[in-house]
Amino acid sequence: MQASLPKSAPENAAVMHFATAESCLEINDFSLAYAGVPALQGLSLQVPRHRVTAFIGPSGCGKSTLLRAINRLHDLNESVTLSGNIQLEGRDIHAPQLNVAELRRRVGMVFQNPNPFPMSIYENVAFGLRLQGRMLKRKRDDTVEWALQSAALWEEVKDRLYRSAWTLSGGQQQRLVIARTLAVQPDVLLLDEPASALDPISTLKIEELIRNLKSQLTLVLVTHNMQQAARVSDYTAFLQGGELVEYGPTDSVFTNPRLQRTENYITGRMA
Amino acid sequence: MIQHLAKNRDEAWPWLSAASVALSLLMLAALVSLLVVRGLGHFWPAPIEEVTLADGQVIAGHAVREAPLPDRPGHERLYYTANRDLDGALWQWVALDTIQTRSTPVELVLLDRASWGDFIGRLVAVVMPNERLEGEAAWQALQQHLNQRNTVANGAPSRAASGDSYVPGDTYLIVESVEGRQRQQPLHVIHRAQRPNAMSMGEKIQTWGSAVWRFLSQGPRAANTGGGVWPAIFGTVLMVLLMSLLVTPFGVLAAIYLNEIAHQGRLTRLVRIGVRNLAGVPSIVYGVFGLGVFVYGIGGSLDEWFFSDTLPSPTFGTGGLLWASLTLALLTLPVVIVATEEGLARIPDAQREGALALGATRLEMLTRIVLPMAAPAMLTGVILAVARAAGEVAPLMLVGVAKLAPQMPLDGEFPYLHLERKFMHLGYHIFDTAFHGEDVQAALPLVYATALLLVLIVLVLNLTAIFLRHHLRRQRGN
Repeated sequence: MQASLPKSAPENAAVMHFATAESCLEINDFSLAYAGVPALQGLSLQVPRHRVTAFIGPSGCGKSTLLRAINRLHDLNESVTLSGNIQLEGRDIHAPQLNVAELRRRVGMVFQNPNPFPMSIYENVAFGLRLQGRMLKRKRDDTVEWALQSAALWEEVKDRLYRSAWTLSGGQQQRLVIARTLAVQPDVLLLDEPASALDPISTLKIEELIRNLKSQLTLVLVTHNMQQAARVSDYTAFLQGGELVEYGPTDSVFTNPRLQRTENYITGRMA
Repeated sequence: MIQHLAKNRDEAWPWLSAASVALSLLMLAALVSLLVVRGLGHFWPAPIEEVTLADGQVIAGHAVREAPLPDRPGHERLYYTANRDLDGALWQWVALDTIQTRSTPVELVLLDRASWGDFIGRLVAVVMPNERLEGEAAWQALQQHLNQRNTVANGAPSRAASGDSYVPGDTYLIVESVEGRQRQQPLHVIHRAQRPNAMSMGEKIQTWGSAVWRFLSQGPRAANTGGGVWPAIFGTVLMVLLMSLLVTPFGVLAAIYLNEIAHQGRLTRLVRIGVRNLAGVPSIVYGVFGLGVFVYGIGGSLDEWFFSDTLPSPTFGTGGLLWASLTLALLTLPVVIVATEEGLARIPDAQREGALALGATRLEMLTRIVLPMAAPAMLTGVILAVARAAGEVAPLMLVGVAKLAPQMPLDGEFPYLHLERKFMHLGYHIFDTAFHGEDVQAALPLVYATALLLVLIVLVLNLTAIFLRHHLRRQRGN
């Protein structure tokens, strides 16, 4: 079932053609409705592996809904109906035999507002590890340190690992949440406006982190901030009214959009 | 003009709200101080006055209180004169203007006896089988005897049940009322003897302390008008703890279902409203329910199935500790559900989604994130439930409380915790002592003391839960 796309061309994201990247997530004719009101209509797109893909669009365009659908967070809401499919590495994520908890371990998610658990910094990062069963303390300690280093937080918290996570600043909390997600070694990291509640310095740190992380995993970023999308993403999908309007390499979407609607939105000419 | 009024009103309302807080605090302080003064004052060794009246009568006793005379100007004073076997009464009103002399002779003794209540008068002699002591020597001998017995038998008179009948060969006392009437008292009916007028401050405090301790640690005597309340304290605490153990899991699970699992539709809303309204149902109604369903229904069936050899005398088919705890658990269930639900509702969905997004199942999310975060709210619910349950009396009268329980519900006999036994309860003890005693005047101080104790027990139970909640919160870092 593995999507048969050609192996990637030489590592040069700026000039690499879209179709040459291997896809990690495939969304096929996906529609979603809340209590009969459609939120996403017939979306199809492929998210390339080890790249940053940004979803942009006006409020209510469905970009967050799509992100949450990839993590099956809509399961808890009984009024949601779906059609079409989403495939992770070629497997339908809505398949009945699929373990939702396992899917969510492989697809990590970071939310708009930092949501560290009310426990120590160490325990926050170890939370996902503990869910996976017993593990030698030594190995767990190493994994926690590795995750915190990957999230560029280790130097700031290594002396207070056992203090409450709620004593951290907003930016640190968001990086802690990213570390917590990284600790379970997901294949995909979904970021839902991860920097919109943070100050500019913290935002820059998060963006740098996102760029660094793509060597390890596939990232999908939802953002309201055009510059952010342009700065960190390799591919950009523009959504409007629950439909995919334009999708392509970030450079071409921002500098040479194919559609007038995209250009209007990107240049801020849309009401 | 209107502006002026509005301005005044704007300044007045903080004062108004402050005043209502002050008033509430004042009432609370008045309540507690009344209980403390009347309750604890009862155990203080008050001086015994010897009073000579105009008609030549001599009485001795504690001055209790004063009141205006009913028929002429002036006041009268109530004396606790004891000696019910001589005078037929424990109390005597004396008009103040008929008092000729008042004194507090040091040799006046107060004897605490197994029957007929206290004796106030003078010790004439202690008669032992081979020796007769009089005066100060008699007092020394009496003290020595009592101390000896107290160290051996922990204060219980050796033959309390046998009354004051004289057995030849026993040591006995010859006592004399202040009017000069003599009586013989066998030594074994005497619990304690004291000479309050001869006591120093230190001795008084010591006597007071041991009296309070006896009140807390001993069982009741003389139809609950004397002695201690230990079985009632024990029964109250045991019942409340059992109730908490029963109500907490049920309440928490129900709240989890309502808040986390149930579809948030009209039916759930209706159930929630119903639960909230259950908190307002009068407690006696729960008592009737407990009597009908638990005692007669379930208890009666249990008796038929398992205890048929002892029928018709019921085992579980009558009020008992288990049924009382269950009834109160039912009564406090809404409180726990509502408090837990509020705690659950306060937890941001981001926390739940965060846990799910890390690959937690719903059960893992509940047990590792949601429940620990809601634990302080659950404890708040339990605190409220305990406060309500410890003070309930009405339903208990139907489902298991007893005026005098012959056996404690927890003892060294297998299976140690006897859920079917009746138990004593401080709230019911207050009610019974205040209204069903022979001598309300004598019982009143005990009522105050018991009420104070009940308040203190609720306070201690609550403080324990509050401390626990604080500890949990600190641990969770918020």
